[in-house]
Amino acid sequence: MVLILGAAPAVSWFIKKMKAISQNRVGPRFLQVYFDLIKLFRKGMVISDTASWIFHAAPYVFFAGTIAAALMVPVIWKGALFGFMGDAILFVYLIALGRFFLVLAALDTGTAFGGMGSSREMFLSSLAEPALLLSFFSLAFHTKTLSLAGMMSGLAMDPPHRVIFFTSLAFGAVLILTIAESGRIPVDNPATHLELTMVHEAMILEYSGKYLALMEWGHQIKQLLFLTLLANLFFPWGMTGTFSVTPVFFSLALYVGKIAAGALVIGWIEIHFAKLRLFRAPDFLAIAFVLALLSFLGQLMVGR
Amino acid sequence: MMEKLVLTQILFYILGGLSGFFQKGNPEHSNRLACSGALLAGLAGMFYSAGVLWSGNGIVLIFPGGIPLCGEIILKLDSLSAFFVFLISFLSIPVSIFAVGYNREYFGKKNMAIFGLFYNIFLLSMILVVMARNVLTFLVAWEVMSLVSYLLVVTEHENPKARRAGLMYFVMTHAGTAFIAGAFWLLFSVSGSLAFDAFRAHAGMLSSGLKNIIFLCALVGFGTKAGMIPFHIWLPEAHPEAPSPISALMSGAMIKTAIYALLRFLFFFLGPVPFWWGAVVLGIGILSTLLGVLYALMEHDLKRLLAFHSIENIGIILLGIGMGAVFVSTRQPVYASFAIAAALYHALNHATFKGLLFLGAGSVLSGTHTRNIEELGGLIRKMPWTAACFLTGSAAISALPPLNGFVSEWMTFLALLAGMDCGGFGIRFFSLVLASLLGLAGALAATCFVKAFGITFLGLPRSSHAEQAREGGRSMKIGMGTLALSCLGLGLAAPGIVSILGKLSGSLTGMSSGNSLAIHGSFLVFPSGWSQLSLPWIFAVLAVSLSAVVAGVIIFARRVPVKTGPSWACGMRGFTGRMQYSATGYSKPIRRVFSFLYQPSRKVEIEDEGYSVLRTAKRFESGIKPLFEETIYRPMTKFALYFSEKAKRIQTGHIQIYLGYIFITLIVLLLFARLS
Repeated sequence: MVLILGAAPAVSWFIKKMKAISQNRVGPRFLQVYFDLIKLFRKGMVISDTASWIFHAAPYVFFAGTIAAALMVPVIWKGALFGFMGDAILFVYLIALGRFFLVLAALDTGTAFGGMGSSREMFLSSLAEPALLLSFFSLAFHTKTLSLAGMMSGLAMDPPHRVIFFTSLAFGAVLILTIAESGRIPVDNPATHLELTMVHEAMILEYSGKYLALMEWGHQIKQLLFLTLLANLFFPWGMTGTFSVTPVFFSLALYVGKIAAGALVIGWIEIHFAKLRLFRAPDFLAIAFVLALLSFLGQLMVGR
Repeated sequence: MMEKLVLTQILFYILGGLSGFFQKGNPEHSNRLACSGALLAGLAGMFYSAGVLWSGNGIVLIFPGGIPLCGEIILKLDSLSAFFVFLISFLSIPVSIFAVGYNREYFGKKNMAIFGLFYNIFLLSMILVVMARNVLTFLVAWEVMSLVSYLLVVTEHENPKARRAGLMYFVMTHAGTAFIAGAFWLLFSVSGSLAFDAFRAHAGMLSSGLKNIIFLCALVGFGTKAGMIPFHIWLPEAHPEAPSPISALMSGAMIKTAIYALLRFLFFFLGPVPFWWGAVVLGIGILSTLLGVLYALMEHDLKRLLAFHSIENIGIILLGIGMGAVFVSTRQPVYASFAIAAALYHALNHATFKGLLFLGAGSVLSGTHTRNIEELGGLIRKMPWTAACFLTGSAAISALPPLNGFVSEWMTFLALLAGMDCGGFGIRFFSLVLASLLGLAGALAATCFVKAFGITFLGLPRSSHAEQAREGGRSMKIGMGTLALSCLGLGLAAPGIVSILGKLSGSLTGMSSGNSLAIHGSFLVFPSGWSQLSLPWIFAVLAVSLSAVVAGVIIFARRVPVKTGPSWACGMRGFTGRMQYSATGYSKPIRRVFSFLYQPSRKVEIEDEGYSVLRTAKRFESGIKPLFEETIYRPMTKFALYFSEKAKRIQTGHIQIYLGYIFITLIVLLLFARLS
């Protein structure tokens, strides 16, 4: 848990550094992302005068929802701390809880940008959610369990060559969805300054100070959670079941490596592609849906 | 003892209905008396139905000669009836409390005594429908329910839209009743008796062709009342025009009586269920779910939006029932009882949060006098209690944890996924596709409610209606608050509720006695061990995380200065409410993506003085095509009208012609009698 909280900004740093190097710049140093968060926590805030209690509550609810979802995902150990309280469907809906309040807070400020950001975010996530659920269901069909830890252990036990034909399709689907949920190119550009091109940034435009810090950090945690799912669902080897030092250290190193590889892929896509027009994004998300569907169909065809 | 409570409830409804007339001069008192009658009756109803559900013993009441000349009234409560009595009674209590305050706007304009009478008769007839055990009792109660609800829908009869909505409702519900009566008649022709128990006993004697016809008649008939696509067109017209407490009851309770009756037909009367029935119900279910939410997204009338969501949730309940039927046909009673328990739980949850949302909409309507969300905004400052309750209802209907909507939607998901454990390629593939489409509908529902709540309550007011809004009185607040708390409570009490529902659905699907659903402590465990859920734990984890975050921020972020200032508008001054996103604009992306369904049309008229650069006026109109009205109902009504025009020719108005008709008929009958 502490690992997720601590490592989340590092992933953002990694991608920023990649982009900077590809643009012949030096880029931020490693601790800069952490210093930025600390700076935001200390700064004063300017609150819009149209804001209501939802504006004040939303950062907390968003962050709490994301943490609750994080508590369900196995990171280094085979099980998650609170994995017993629910399954993949609960994970998706906890993320949806955070998003619900974030989107309401955007509308709360009474600006056109807030409305625009929240409309686009709900639009894209409505199309992304069935694809995510379908990928989970497709994996669950094979491992006969819907709990995240169960799926990971189930997939770890199978020899890779048996399952690769459908896990690779599901991997493609979840990769596209990771890009969509983290707000990366080609779905959304996190580094844009033009309000009309924003999706996520438009929703948090009015936030400042510690609320902005919570929103940013929560968003980075969500990004790391999806990368963790990519890493641990599709490359589930090396997760330890015990608490002794060496296996834990090994598992931690392996985890860092997997996440770094995932961040490398996302960064590469950010560098080489441009943001899609908003009404082209459904096609992109439909690719994820079709991949997940094919992953399931493939299992049915091959026979169980 | 329980029988006495049933009689007490009926008595309270009658007393409540009549008591208004004693205070005819004073509308406040007659309103209060009527609502208190309904409230006390509701409490009695909750008591005895909870008793039946808990203990599993039934109640029987027979009134011989109850219906003059025709037969006796048999009322019997088994667990299924008791569950629906509980649902109706439970919903009627907060709605009655709310109605005390809401009806104030009708004082002086409408006769409160008559309204109170109709209100109590409406509730009484719904209770009798779910308790009836022979055909006559059922049909009489059903008809009274339809008639009284029609009268309540046209309460504001001076409004032509209300009259039109009432007429459409009246016609459609009677068309449905015709199908229901047909189904009952076919059952009677086989079993020779009008009692439901006789139908069940003779279930084996039905030929499969006859069973199919009965099933289809029942589906069409009850589907019309429940609002299944494609019989739904009355719902978005009638529910908005009715007074808000009545809309809440119609959406929350009345359409569930149709679900009750459908369950009776499927699992009680018709014996073994073939597979394709389940498939048909699933098909209608997913169609209702998706089309309901897609059309809801395009609405900007608050109550019409909620009516379309009722259609969506009926679809979700049908998905559960359909999977139950499929599992009964594939001989997997454990999964079947899980699916039906999911459907019943969703019915209860829907009654709660839809009732809450309609009461909230009523509160908005009475505070601002408009239902059009494009004219609202910023109500959270003027009506904070309504806003908080509407937010709870929106979160519940979007299936967000830890509220009740999430648990029943989770159960429906798992009921669909259990199809993967069946034989056949078809079931496996389609159950998964249905599950992902349910996910799509859930996400679109969340979008719709973010739009409804956000545009209505948040931001700046968009018109003077919204600027002058006022919060309702104490009774309206108590009514909404009770339902909001029950949304949370029904979620936390999930293990208890599901265990009761498990026993109930087990009895329907023919499982042997005992607890069919595994409940360990606070966990709901899916039968084959695929998954488990514990709502109390989720609530606890969320509460602890929230407090931890708040505490962390308070401790580690020093006291920072907080200023207020205007929102960012690119540096422009003159920031008004009209600069915000509108409801139509909010759902525009979805209108574009699903344009194959909506067929949006757009008309732009520009007036100018002859020079295209000197435009004086511009008119913009955009709309979507209402699919079912255009493709099915308009041709049907056109044909019916065409046929009636042609048939009108025999009515000439000359008495000589009419005498001639009588004479010819007499001759024909004499010949017929002579020749046979």
